Amino acid sequence: MSTGTLAAVALKSSRRGKNLSLTGRLLRNPLGATAIAILAVIVLAAVFAPLLTPYDPNLVTLADAFAKPSAAHWLGADSAGRDVLARILTGAHLTLLGALVALVVAVVIGLVSGLIAGFYGGWFDTVSDLTTSLVMALPSMMVLLAARVVVGPNLWITMAIFGALISPSIYRLVRSGVREVREELYVDAARVSGLSDTRIIARHILFVVRAPIIIQASIIGGIAIAIQSGLEFLGLGDQTVPTWGVMLSEGFRNIYISPLLLLWPGLAIALTIGALVLFGNALRDALEDKPTVPKWRGSAGRVRTSASEANPDAVLSVRGLTVGYPQDDRLKTVIEDIAFDVHRGEVVGLVGESGSGKTQTAWSILGLLPRGAVTENGVIVYDGTDLLGDGGRAQQAALGRRIAYVPQEPMSNLDPLFTIGHQLTAPMRKHLRISKEEATKRAIELLDRVGIKDPERTMRAYPHEVSGGMAQRVLIAGAVSCDPQLIVADEPTTALDVTVQAEILDLLRSLRDERGLAMVFVTHNFGVVADLCDSVVVMQNGHVVEKGAVEKVLREPEHEYTKSLLASTLDGTAPRRENDAKFAEEAAR
Amino acid sequence: MLSFIVRRLIGGVILLFVASSLTFLLMNANSSGIAIRILGDQATQEQIVAKQAELGLDQPLIVRFGHWLAGAVRGDFGTSWFTSEGVLHLVSLRLPVTLSLVVGTVIVTAIIAVALGALAATRRGWVDRLVQVLSVIGAAAPNFWIGLMLVIFFALTLHWFPATGFVPLTESFSGWTASVTLPIVALALGAIASVTAQVRSAFIEVEGRDYVRTLRSRGLGERNVLLGHVLRGAATPALTVLALQFVGLLGGAVVVERVFALPGLGQTITDATTNGDVPLVMGVVVVAVAMVVVVNLVIDIITGWINPKARLS
Repeated sequence: MSTGTLAAVALKSSRRGKNLSLTGRLLRNPLGATAIAILAVIVLAAVFAPLLTPYDPNLVTLADAFAKPSAAHWLGADSAGRDVLARILTGAHLTLLGALVALVVAVVIGLVSGLIAGFYGGWFDTVSDLTTSLVMALPSMMVLLAARVVVGPNLWITMAIFGALISPSIYRLVRSGVREVREELYVDAARVSGLSDTRIIARHILFVVRAPIIIQASIIGGIAIAIQSGLEFLGLGDQTVPTWGVMLSEGFRNIYISPLLLLWPGLAIALTIGALVLFGNALRDALEDKPTVPKWRGSAGRVRTSASEANPDAVLSVRGLTVGYPQDDRLKTVIEDIAFDVHRGEVVGLVGESGSGKTQTAWSILGLLPRGAVTENGVIVYDGTDLLGDGGRAQQAALGRRIAYVPQEPMSNLDPLFTIGHQLTAPMRKHLRISKEEATKRAIELLDRVGIKDPERTMRAYPHEVSGGMAQRVLIAGAVSCDPQLIVADEPTTALDVTVQAEILDLLRSLRDERGLAMVFVTHNFGVVADLCDSVVVMQNGHVVEKGAVEKVLREPEHEYTKSLLASTLDGTAPRRENDAKFAEEAAR
Repeated sequence: MLSFIVRRLIGGVILLFVASSLTFLLMNANSSGIAIRILGDQATQEQIVAKQAELGLDQPLIVRFGHWLAGAVRGDFGTSWFTSEGVLHLVSLRLPVTLSLVVGTVIVTAIIAVALGALAATRRGWVDRLVQVLSVIGAAAPNFWIGLMLVIFFALTLHWFPATGFVPLTESFSGWTASVTLPIVALALGAIASVTAQVRSAFIEVEGRDYVRTLRSRGLGERNVLLGHVLRGAATPALTVLALQFVGLLGGAVVVERVFALPGLGQTITDATTNGDVPLVMGVVVVAVAMVVVVNLVIDIITGWINPKARLS
């Protein structure tokens, strides 16, 4: 997970005012509560180490050397007869303090430089960004070894240097967090209302980056303990203080005599770091407010619609279509009992406000509903075959070959990693079983047909190199490339400029006339419906409220919802072509 | 593409220069400290001065730096203060061991993390839970401790692998494989955990993008869409994490080499640190940073090859 998104999530959740219950959500998560409990026990043990054991951790009693665990020595004794439990507890004290030193240094450096770089930018931002990439390319362990040559085996200095080496992770977090907040309007509002920079930082920015920093800190704490014990394991630590790493090093020298000596400090290290990791994960989950996994299982228990209810004369006949999404232990139905027909060469408009279920209907026809969607009931009969029967295999077979899709947002619907040529030719080579050369030739003809000026150049181009209007033409060319009979278009003009919109509608209309295409056209715009469609299906809250021939529905709407939709879009305005021309004029100005 | 590679190469050389210069200056700033570290705390003032003169530490820092730099650009990193052998020679003897470990680990990590991450993203369910458990274990257990446990279990108890020692690849492939398997497992576990998590979340993120729905609508087949398009889209962030992991792996290798008594750069720098052998420590640090630069360059080139947009930046 990148730091930027985490800050964005924190920002969102703080805007929702949910940060207040963050601790509550953290404690309700069993893993989070366990991690906090383990950490609390370890910290308490470290603080009260001298009170918990009667032994001096450095007391050498050669008679007890390699003593097995017993009532006197609960975890046994090491090669010099020192009590292992006493050393583990004292080791906790020093190991945690060492990690704390690293943590404090990392947070102070990262927080201060991140705030300055994010808030003021400029040369400081540039310099600290370069420093960051430099430091991140240095292997910390090697640098710490080099530093030890100069400063000697000092736990605190070593950990402070490590804190500086790992501070870029905090720096990046804070900087991107500050950037996110700065772009939010409320900081501008705060500034306009006369708050000083320090107040803004304290009140808005620190509030947002606080949780991500705690998550990162738990990770850093873990790494610091690992690095510290690694150094000591190499025998480069201060051998006179009993930290967990020194104990591991000592145990390793006696691995053949008593492997158990490696186990206890190792377990202590793994338990501490594990608890830190779990704590970080739980806090992240609490921050993102992850929805619980739906418990819904089994069938919806609806009466099944039979394929015989479909209209045999239609290219596409939908009956009883009902789709839901699992939410807790039930299904939340988003479209219910949808029924309509599309005949050969007919354009059917699916109209409604956002949330009316028109896109869900379109995706159902294509079999492209998002993960988790459940088709509770319904038949979608295409050319005499029920697409939903046979586990959706018929639908998969028809997809791309007989039924094609034109999406809403052209720029995000081409794979940025492949050339347009590749994306056009791959389906043709698969469905039409033609050679690459033949597919390329066909693709160039298609691009020419949809009105692209330099088709050869466009074939070689990547999606980021063409405009939105061109991308939509490419997508339309792709949709018709395998000679489908039915096109499902999901608001194909909404994301485009007004002038381009009219051209795309003209293109779709002429393709329909030329190839006898049937079309399901999803839109919220009655102007487009009047312009292109033969019949219309009006949807509200997942239900079909009215359907019929375009002229009839537009002139004499029966349902109140249709009337209100029409009133809000067409009432008293000029015919659409005039409107378009006027908009185009305004846009040009 | 060529200018992209050249720009990355220049950036890498600058990084190498700055990093090694800083290391030199930090290590050499306190020359009497170095002498004391070698002679011990009881050293007299005369002994310290004599040692400094012997090692050339009595000259001004800037002169020594110029001298070191002039040598370094010609590939001469001086001689070890303890064995009087050339630093480059000593390092080149040990490099194959460490390279075997870290490159082997990166390859193993990349393969397993991609497979597991993609599986976890598409299948969810038990694979997903396995990955989550693995990621906590991988993040919690330091790699040298995993190495210790592997030695105790697989080498000392089951005798499946040798506990210590290294067999060069040029000598025997099976011997080399046996000698690096446990160390690579010890190093890879943590790396796999973190790269798998990245692959998984990148895969899920890319699979949810609009163009994946459109690709599916073209009837290209689930296999083609997931492996050809989604995985490729998820590769860029995964490679970034892999490059970061490599830096950490170099440090991990230092300690893991000790566990398995492998004669690699880790042992060289550990001994050199204990002895206060500044030229040798410098040599290992420079080689380590050079390895980071090379690996970053390779990963940048792969990223640029996968992602046409990355070539522009």
